Amino acid sequence: MVNHSEQRILMGNEAIGRGLVEEGCTLTAAYPGTPASEILSSVVAFAKETGAALHTEWSVNEKVACETALANSMAGRRSAVAMKQVGLNVAADPFTRATYLGVKGGFILIAADDPGPHSSQTEQDSRLFAHFAKAPVFDPSSPREAREMVALAFALSEKYEIPVILRPTTRVCHARQNVSCRTPAPREQKANFEKNPGRWVATPQFLTELHRLLNEKLDRIAKEAAFSPVLTPGDGAGPRICIVASGVAHAHAFELLDTLGPEGRIDLYQVRLAYPLHQPFIEEIRKRYDKILVLEETDAVIEMQLGDSLVCGRGSGDVPRQGELSPDIIEEILRKFLDLPAAPVVSAAKKGIRPSLCAGCGHRAAFYAIRDTFPAGIFPSDIGCYTLGMNFGAVDTCHCMGACIGQGAGFYHAYAAGGSDFPTIVVTIGDSTFFHAGIPGLINAVFQGARFILVILDNATTAMTGHQPTPQLGVRADGSEGRKIFIPDLVRACGVRHLREIDPYDIEAFTAALKEADAFIRSPEGDIAVLIAGHPCIVNRAAREAQAVFAISITDDCVGCRACIEDFECPAILFDEEQNRARIDQNRCIGCGVCVHVCPAGAIRAEGEKP
Amino acid sequence: MKQQIVVSGIGGQGVLFVTRILAEAAIEKGLEVLTSETHGMAMRGGTVISHIKVGPFTSPLIRTGQADIGLFLHAGNQEVHRGFLKPGGLIYMNAEKGGGGGSEAIDATRIAREHGSLVIANLVLLGFAVRQGRLFCDAATCEAVLKRISPVKQLETNLTGFRLG
Repeated sequence: MVNHSEQRILMGNEAIGRGLVEEGCTLTAAYPGTPASEILSSVVAFAKETGAALHTEWSVNEKVACETALANSMAGRRSAVAMKQVGLNVAADPFTRATYLGVKGGFILIAADDPGPHSSQTEQDSRLFAHFAKAPVFDPSSPREAREMVALAFALSEKYEIPVILRPTTRVCHARQNVSCRTPAPREQKANFEKNPGRWVATPQFLTELHRLLNEKLDRIAKEAAFSPVLTPGDGAGPRICIVASGVAHAHAFELLDTLGPEGRIDLYQVRLAYPLHQPFIEEIRKRYDKILVLEETDAVIEMQLGDSLVCGRGSGDVPRQGELSPDIIEEILRKFLDLPAAPVVSAAKKGIRPSLCAGCGHRAAFYAIRDTFPAGIFPSDIGCYTLGMNFGAVDTCHCMGACIGQGAGFYHAYAAGGSDFPTIVVTIGDSTFFHAGIPGLINAVFQGARFILVILDNATTAMTGHQPTPQLGVRADGSEGRKIFIPDLVRACGVRHLREIDPYDIEAFTAALKEADAFIRSPEGDIAVLIAGHPCIVNRAAREAQAVFAISITDDCVGCRACIEDFECPAILFDEEQNRARIDQNRCIGCGVCVHVCPAGAIRAEGEKP
Repeated sequence: MKQQIVVSGIGGQGVLFVTRILAEAAIEKGLEVLTSETHGMAMRGGTVISHIKVGPFTSPLIRTGQADIGLFLHAGNQEVHRGFLKPGGLIYMNAEKGGGGGSEAIDATRIAREHGSLVIANLVLLGFAVRQGRLFCDAATCEAVLKRISPVKQLETNLTGFRLG
């Protein structure tokens, strides 16, 4: 077969997806999360394009994705699982044991980190997790390199029968670059699971030996010449100093050194395998240099392995211990390290516009009714677009996937412990998050006798991450049909007896349902009341075009009280300071008509339903 | 050829599509290109920015004071992102009025609305910027890219938008 190669502009996540298809991955499982979401959809697209046969799935969560891919690897087939960094917390249980037991077919776990963070609840460093779990970890600096590392990771994984982590960061995932695309090489990978209870069942008696084998593997990998850091030499004129960098921090440093004149011409090493760090390299650079600057995101993983007083980095206070290492920050660090005058200080830019729920979003209607009905309520919520309900006081907590239900129960027990009246607790969770981690929490809350209202915000998609389908839609990642799993069935199966399904656009009906639910949870036989607030995400064009459109205007009755701005926060309602009144931005209004319920003066008018 | 460009806007305005066109245009011209984009929650109406670096670069991000050109789909973002422009850098912005002092304005939103499709305001601004002759690519290259990457149903509208600018 001709190995046809062509240049294409690919996002880092697409380059990884392309690499998986080209390198003969037979199964890719994932759960969406920024900045990793586009990896699986790229695998699907490239498999279709090249005719590669592989199983792809949006798993219900990262733990299940990891377990599914691990078994495919146990059967001798190349496998991958993709997630954002906090997804690795969810997949931690299967993954940490997988290093002890090892794998058969090449196994890559892609954990996309988010220094900054731009779109995450922590800025944890998955390379540090790799160290903890004893898995080798690659740290790409560009989309092109991320694609090449897929090949390296599969080969390393198979050579040592060890799971390997590929750790891109946001700036790699969401960078685009020209990448050469090749035709996938055909690769025979018949499923062949060889039974070996001492390994695949490994009771504690086997584990010390497995742990010894794992440690030996890591020692051998640390001596692999192929993973020695890559040197870009300086001109030799400078003092005995060098920079050791990895990930996109290396890409920034490489470019910056070029702009810093003669002082910038010093030795620069790129670490590609961040753990285990190449052992001979550690010994070598201690002899060769008097001062070593380490640039890496986000924790001191390379620095820790160098473990030396010669190192300038996070331990010495030369590199910030939190936040993204932007090129501006790296320039400041480099100038200090090279004894160059500091760059002129630039006044901090103004903060941009905060994100908010889209005009016409069904979540806004639900949140408005919840907060309006229970002004003294407690509102635990969760991860998704709907976290933006915090902008108008309808979200009090956001912790991790599915946490809101456990929190709802915890708040109830806290207040009920005093034996006095408890505030109404209204928990909000999205449909995809409910599938991901909400179900065990709900079973537990019902069984433990908690009393709260659970509102499942069902917009029939995973909106925040780019509209991946949930099991309720009956569409799989590759577009094939799957058996629909209905949320109401799941809710009933968790032991819930009070369940209502309402479209939150009907604020009056939704408010009545909230009041009824509150009465239920406070009744002698009450426990958890569940409302499914169903309204499709209006970013979905078909859904938007299927609903009624009203001409919205603000009449002269507007008294400029700002209730619609502060309590509803629709991006299509603006406040005209000169006229001291609200006005509709017709460019953004989709005519949903929900805001009519919001104005205390009755000044918002919806007319002439257009078909 | 080395050129650094920022595209600034609000989630939903089509910053990513403009970024994609410019990146593809670089490939059409046989140039190296690196971009960086904003994804995730900010796309829900928050401030977003893309960086586009044409030529032999390794870092996907533009440093403060290094961009040659800025395309501002939301004029108000200048307070946030103007700092990326180098002294003498050029700004093309979508604004009802304004311009001068190194910036050129076009009311792309109005033009797009008058043609019945607000979503093409991004292409109106891009077309306008390209025709000023300072970007690394010309109109013919951008149109070739648009023909290649636009969904069939959207192609005519996209080309119209680009040509209106």
